[in-house]
Amino acid sequence: MLAATLAPFVLAVFAPFVRRRVGNSAGWALAVLPAALFIYFAQFLGPVASGETFIFSTEWVPALGIALSFYVDGLSLLFALLITFIGTFIVLYAGAYLKGHADLGRFFMFVLMFMGSMLGLVLADNVVTLFVFWELTSITSFLLIGFNHDKARSRRAALQALVVTGGGGLALLAGLLLMAQVGGSMELSTLLADGDVLREHPWYLAILVLVLAGAFTKSAQVPFHFWLPNAMEAPTPVSAYLHSATMVKAGVYLLARMNPGLGGTDIWQIILMSFGGATLLTGAILALRNTDLKLMLAQTTVASLGLLVFLIGIGEPLAIQAAMAYLFAHSMFKGALFMVAGSIDHGTGTRDVRRLSGLGRVMPFTAAAAGLAALSMSGLPPFFGFIAKEWVYKGTLDGSLPLLLTAVAITGNALMFAVAFLVGFKPFFGKPGDTPHKPHEGSVGLWIGALTLAALSLIFGLFSGLAETFFIGPAAVAVAGVPMVVDLYLWGGFKAPVVASIITVALGAFFFWQGARLSAFLARVVDALWGPDKGYDQFMDGLIGLARAVTNLFQTGHLRRYMLFTFLTLAAVLVLPQVMLGNGFVVKAPPIDLLVWAIGLLAFVGALAIPFTRSRLAAIMLMGVLGLSVAFVFLLFGAPDLAFTQLMVETLSVVILALVLARLPVFGTDWRGYPRFVRDALIAGAIGIAMATLLVSITSVPLDLTLSEFFSARSYTEAYGRNIVNVILVDFRALDTLGEIAVVAVAGVAVLCLLAFRHIDHDSEDKPEASS
Amino acid sequence: MNSLILRTAVPALAGLMLLFSIYVLLRGHNEPGGGFIGGLIGASAFAIYTIAEGLASARRALIVPPITIAGVGLFLAAISGIVSLLFGDAFLTGQWWFPAFNPDLKYFSSVVLFDIGVYLVVVGAISGIAFALEERE
Repeated sequence: MLAATLAPFVLAVFAPFVRRRVGNSAGWALAVLPAALFIYFAQFLGPVASGETFIFSTEWVPALGIALSFYVDGLSLLFALLITFIGTFIVLYAGAYLKGHADLGRFFMFVLMFMGSMLGLVLADNVVTLFVFWELTSITSFLLIGFNHDKARSRRAALQALVVTGGGGLALLAGLLLMAQVGGSMELSTLLADGDVLREHPWYLAILVLVLAGAFTKSAQVPFHFWLPNAMEAPTPVSAYLHSATMVKAGVYLLARMNPGLGGTDIWQIILMSFGGATLLTGAILALRNTDLKLMLAQTTVASLGLLVFLIGIGEPLAIQAAMAYLFAHSMFKGALFMVAGSIDHGTGTRDVRRLSGLGRVMPFTAAAAGLAALSMSGLPPFFGFIAKEWVYKGTLDGSLPLLLTAVAITGNALMFAVAFLVGFKPFFGKPGDTPHKPHEGSVGLWIGALTLAALSLIFGLFSGLAETFFIGPAAVAVAGVPMVVDLYLWGGFKAPVVASIITVALGAFFFWQGARLSAFLARVVDALWGPDKGYDQFMDGLIGLARAVTNLFQTGHLRRYMLFTFLTLAAVLVLPQVMLGNGFVVKAPPIDLLVWAIGLLAFVGALAIPFTRSRLAAIMLMGVLGLSVAFVFLLFGAPDLAFTQLMVETLSVVILALVLARLPVFGTDWRGYPRFVRDALIAGAIGIAMATLLVSITSVPLDLTLSEFFSARSYTEAYGRNIVNVILVDFRALDTLGEIAVVAVAGVAVLCLLAFRHIDHDSEDKPEASS
Repeated sequence: MNSLILRTAVPALAGLMLLFSIYVLLRGHNEPGGGFIGGLIGASAFAIYTIAEGLASARRALIVPPITIAGVGLFLAAISGIVSLLFGDAFLTGQWWFPAFNPDLKYFSSVVLFDIGVYLVVVGAISGIAFALEERE
């Protein structure tokens, strides 16, 4: 199982080489892997249909309870099969669609990486594994949307998708970790087995909101729906695969997966039904407003995702079945229609539905695929889309507000009906339209996938028992978390759902008839409104503006301002805890030792004199006096090493400071005015006094000698050295020292670089001197 | 700097300081001293030489660019750690060689090599900074 998930990543690394070796037929070679994976997963169909589940686990970070564990049940198997099956045809399709593209090899690499990520996501049992693969799908999606990276619109869309889904992913991580805390396990199969623990915990609401934030951003629910249509900047194979059939359903998958653990509460139902319903209507209306085939399909995808969330929110057994049936139907017809849209674009050079007509004769295979898929999408018998829609109405009629729910579903479905006919039929009938280049049918790879998926919509409609036994039944049981009877059929007698279907078709036909007029009207209304897409730009601009404001506040370019902020922070850190928590300040009797007093007096006078000199050089020398006194103190109290080092550091500090200050224009006298002088003295005084009180309170606590004794006992016996300090530095804690000297070396390089730039700043014509 | 006293005294002084810095480095194992302090003394030697004799002479005296010395030091320190890996110990575990002629001479080891690396990093980095600051535009 681990190998199956990782195989696409391995092949992804080699994909560019395969492309280079095999050339344009690389698609056929690379499609072997998803096909083989499909066969591998298909072997689970029988056992899973009879109620078995499988767990495959490999240790990853055992100390943290993180394992690469995978869980196969009806739900994950349905997704895995869709990913590999549609993936096979997408790889073929991409090979034909992007034939001759310079970066085709890179494209295959991204698609295969995405496939592996998506498989890992739907199969993951461990929450951390789930999150890792979840983010990988966001990242690969970013790479694929931005595939045409020389276009600014592509780059914006890619970044937008990453910001929205990546942001949601972070919320999801928090939610998953809270869940793991509450449930006491990192494994979903364990967590979800006892959902009441989660539902009755005080953190339930927090978990729910965080998990929903992840799911809603990924599955483009209102108000995060705007990134999905923008993602249509990606090449069409990507739109067909990621942004209709698989990745955007990850959010739906997550909700379905969490249903046994988090679902069933009032708040869950209210949130999912209202957001799902709003998304359904928004997407369906925006779909009719657009005239670009891909954008229309993208908006109906948003609508369909809304419908799925809506159904999961209802949560009744029939609604769950409807969700799984609709998801299954949608993956087939929407995947097919996207590939059709790409083929039309490829064959004619335009995707504007107003300009397309009469293509049926020149593109027969594409037309057949489009017609079949559109019939399934519009929910007409005997297609599987019809069964799915019937079950949707059964589900809504089963819910708590049957009439309202059904009305929402009918409106959404009727709008999608109209779009299905506009996309699937209008371009192929009537007189040949005016297109940028002469329409022609594409190669096999361009229509085989669409035709296969469209035909399956019909086959599963006619033989609904197959879908019921192997796909919908096991998946619905997995989502509900309890056994249920699933019985799909095409015709169940003239009952309420059929009536709803008839209303849908009548309303949909009206929308189709009035399509152009409605579209123009909607375009006027929608474009005048503020939308979240504009909001995204405003948000990003605001974020950048805020960052600029903060940067300008702190990064003034004036060293004295940096030092002011640094020392203010230091003062706050030193003073506040001592004021708020108190300190163990104990005044001990001062030592009666003339030498100590003399050194103390020297240090004190040296320190006190610094603020009163106006000569910079004198100030530096006085600081040197202070440092020397400290070195004397070390010497007096038996730390010759420290004294030695202190002496050298002081000497070099004075030398280097003098060198630095000598080149500054302000060298010479201190020019600060009285107010600034007082302010700086106050800050310096606060730090000094707080540091002193802190030290006194620290030394009031008895010294822990464990470490000192450890090192003095072992310094000679184990490291053969009598100088304990040095032995610690170079032997016991040599790794620390290695890190420190690396820092010293890097700091040296950094100073050299900075000083080399100094010449450029002063006079751009002067080249920096070669420092050798 | 144009001071006769400084210019007369410094060459001898700097040489002595450099010698002393190596002495401090090598004796650091058992007496006060070690690579870090030794390096600081060595750097001071070059700093004072630069002030007295000028940057060009100081660069000549050092032969290689100071930052190269720091790089070599870092490399030596890392190598002394990798040596332990070759003997199957953890990174930076001390490796010792007790010479046959005097088994009580517990000195030759990867630890001392590491200390020499520290010395070179400190000398190189600090004299590099001092040189760069002294450089006239």
